[in-house]
Amino acid sequence: MTTLTHEDVEEIVRILDTSPYAELTLKTDTFELSLRRGEGGWTQERKTLARAQVVGAAASAKGEAETRPGAAEPEEDGVVAVRAPMVGTFYRAPKPGAPPFVEVGATVGEHDVVGIIETMKLMNSIPAGAAGVVTQICVADGELVPAGATLMRLRQAAP
Amino acid sequence: MTIRRVLIANRGEIAARIIRTCRDLGIEAVLAASDADLDSAPARLADRVVRIGGPRSLDSYLNVDAVVSAASEAKADAIHPGYGFLSENAALARAARARGLIFIGPTEANLEAVGDKLRAREHALAAGLPLAPGGSIATSEDAAALADRIGWPVLVKAVGGGGGKGLKRVDDPAKLAATVELATAEAGAAFGDARVYLECFVASGRHVEVQVLGDGDDVIHLGDRDCSVQRRYQKLVEEAPAPDLPDRLRADMRAAAVRFARHLRYVGAGTVEFLYDREREAFYFLEMNARIQVEHPVTEAVTGVDLVAEQIAIAEGRKLRLAQADVRIAGHAIECRLNAEDWLRDFAPSPGAVAFARFPAEPGVRVDTHIEPGASVPPFYDSLLAKIIVHGETRADALDRCRRAMALCAVTGVATNRDMHLALLADPVFAEGGVDTAFFARFLGARAGGAA
Repeated sequence: MTTLTHEDVEEIVRILDTSPYAELTLKTDTFELSLRRGEGGWTQERKTLARAQVVGAAASAKGEAETRPGAAEPEEDGVVAVRAPMVGTFYRAPKPGAPPFVEVGATVGEHDVVGIIETMKLMNSIPAGAAGVVTQICVADGELVPAGATLMRLRQAAP
Repeated sequence: MTIRRVLIANRGEIAARIIRTCRDLGIEAVLAASDADLDSAPARLADRVVRIGGPRSLDSYLNVDAVVSAASEAKADAIHPGYGFLSENAALARAARARGLIFIGPTEANLEAVGDKLRAREHALAAGLPLAPGGSIATSEDAAALADRIGWPVLVKAVGGGGGKGLKRVDDPAKLAATVELATAEAGAAFGDARVYLECFVASGRHVEVQVLGDGDDVIHLGDRDCSVQRRYQKLVEEAPAPDLPDRLRADMRAAAVRFARHLRYVGAGTVEFLYDREREAFYFLEMNARIQVEHPVTEAVTGVDLVAEQIAIAEGRKLRLAQADVRIAGHAIECRLNAEDWLRDFAPSPGAVAFARFPAEPGVRVDTHIEPGASVPPFYDSLLAKIIVHGETRADALDRCRRAMALCAVTGVATNRDMHLALLADPVFAEGGVDTAFFARFLGARAGGAA
């Protein structure tokens, strides 16, 4: 099986440099490479074509995110939704085994942390966003949520 | 023993990079992939793919049993762990050995010696390396006495911490006892190891590290790298050699790294990290990374050595193929990490699907990436999209080439930090060379101030 190294690309570019051509497309069984001469220099776009044999797997790996639409039903009076600001894994507790930040019935302030969303190895604290009482927790610990998903609902404290 | 088939227990650009060397050496590459990576470029490059579990790291890339079972199932001779995940995990090394598999990395004893920061400090002391003033503390009285001796401010560090986690600075002696107590509690909760220690705070430090290779008897170095451009302890730009270091100090640092690795009878590729104190013109041992590092290509660029190939040769039980005199450092190399982060929105991570991807194809430019049009950038792993590595005769040449190369990069569909690199490469202070680890925060602050 042939693959392409950066040395190969350099060599092709060197050859092209002495040619009048501004573009080259190369396609083999295993990859497709386009080289283009632009104002700033040469660029490459490539696509790996070889398909390795997958063992022990359902070949498709659809993200769980797709199965969970962002909750967007209208909220009744005085009930607010705490939404996920980003896609990621939702955690109810500061660390595995620790008690959750909140349970249904908990009274929270606007800036109280009610959960964590982990995205790309970064832990993001999720504040309640409003003062009130937690009426519903909509997402299980460790579940992947899309941006905008309703994590929990609060009954707002009387102003 | 000759390695014929390697299981790569990693993902992303490093998986693609390891596959490339396997190809060069005629070794079959089997990729251990999570469900999120079954259709990635590395999965298509590999000779075979073994599914090891769900998308979350804990279910796949951090699962020792899943990785070792995959290696056995694939009839691999060896496991390459890449960086991150289980790369420095003695349990994986042990489990591999128990199944008759080669772990491409240091010995279990090496991993245990440097995985615990206090033990690593003790080894460094025994090997005669300079350490930042500080040490272990048992009580808050101990801490106060030690802090007075080493001078304020001080850092309270968790033995199990790293990468900026478990690190607290104390300026006010009255707050030391409370901080030590809090740090101890947090360290116990976060790392399962409540021990903390004190270290003096260096006002202007640079992160300089030395690449070493060892075969258990002999150790050589492959020069140094500077990784001082960091945001919250995440490296963004690295270069080799470290710019603007006094010659004597550079030589001492390289010798110290070799001495440390010799003392450990180190096996494989490793990096000894130092803090270079610009004011005192002194350097201190920080820690040793017992793996291939993200920034290894800058060393490969200036030495011409394929570090992954050397890792594999050492894992086969061979003696070092290079003598120190064979290592020649030519020119200057710079690496920029292209991350899926929106640098204008406080570096918010940006997972998603890549719509379009174009990279430079210029002489003296290497691109290590797994990103192609249509690639998915899952939310489960780090945000590294590509490493753009340039090599020039001088640092000025490399900088010029780097500016051109970064301007030619284009990735859409996810936010990237490309423009941050362009701004940084245009910064006169960075161009001068030898910035400290606080530089990047000042650079960002100045830009925010200028925009307001």
